[in-house]
Amino acid sequence: MKRFLLFLPLLVAIVVGAFLFAGIGKDPTKLDSALVGKPVPVFSLKGLKEPEATYDESLFQGEITLLNVWGTWCPACRDEHGDLMWLAQEKNVTIIGLNYKDNRDDALVWLDRLGDPYSEVIFDPKGTLGFDLGVYGAPETFVIDASGIVRYRHVGVVNVEVWEQILLPVINDARENG
Amino acid sequence: MLRIVCLLLAMVATSVTYADVSAVYGFDNRSEEQRYQNLIAELRCPKCQNQNIADSNSPISKDMRNVVYQMMLDGASNEEIVDSLVGRFGEFVKYKPDLDRRTFVLWATPAIAVLGGLLVVVGIVVRSRRTGTAAPALSAEEQARIDQMLAEQARNGND
Repeated sequence: MKRFLLFLPLLVAIVVGAFLFAGIGKDPTKLDSALVGKPVPVFSLKGLKEPEATYDESLFQGEITLLNVWGTWCPACRDEHGDLMWLAQEKNVTIIGLNYKDNRDDALVWLDRLGDPYSEVIFDPKGTLGFDLGVYGAPETFVIDASGIVRYRHVGVVNVEVWEQILLPVINDARENG
Repeated sequence: MLRIVCLLLAMVATSVTYADVSAVYGFDNRSEEQRYQNLIAELRCPKCQNQNIADSNSPISKDMRNVVYQMMLDGASNEEIVDSLVGRFGEFVKYKPDLDRRTFVLWATPAIAVLGGLLVVVGIVVRSRRTGTAAPALSAEEQARIDQMLAEQARNGND
């Protein structure tokens, strides 16, 4: 009994250490989306490039798409823009943009100057669809399968590494099980 | 005299002005306002993670406060309001998460700590009681040795 008690602090340290070690390396600012496994929220918003067009959730039916949330006020969105262009042109990924809390003129100038990787851009100046999607900081990128179900949400910049290690596997999985 | 009357009049005419939330969001009564304050105090900002949405100035917190207010006007219950935000932003926005498999350790930690403390206290008490009552000062062997030594001394003293 006495001998066991001597080892008690070591035992406690190992248990607590193992528990805390599991938390190391996790980024607490990256939250799982509450929408994973659920359909894209119902919405009705105008287009950015075609102001007359009205889009709704049926936009995400038919093929696997990336939904990229961006705004001209967001410096990190500029960082990832080149990689989005690469995805759209080299990898033939369909990217739908969600222009979030922005103004139309600035956004159109941005696309004109930096190139346009988006097949369509939803214009959401008040951030209503963004709110329903649980967007808490641009850029965010959602993987949406062919039946309009959210499969994954990536918070932060998309680059080659994120594409290859995170987004592509999710897309392949959606393709196989979709 | 006239001066004093003027001064008194000025003092009476001054009304108390103070700023509070109802300046931004109108509420019918105090209890509704309190309900709003409680709600935004227990909801957590997803962007600035260690602040509640009452404290945070981030745009997303502003949007969330707006939605809380709008839903209150529409007659939603506290539960409906919190559930709708959890449905968008996840369990993270609740400062008091539900008890489930993931949060079990979190909820159980205080109980485990108290239990551990109690065990230590009980252990100390039991041990001190045991050493206090049991174990006579000398064993039989020691007593015999002392008797022998005393007898020897007595004998030497007699010589």
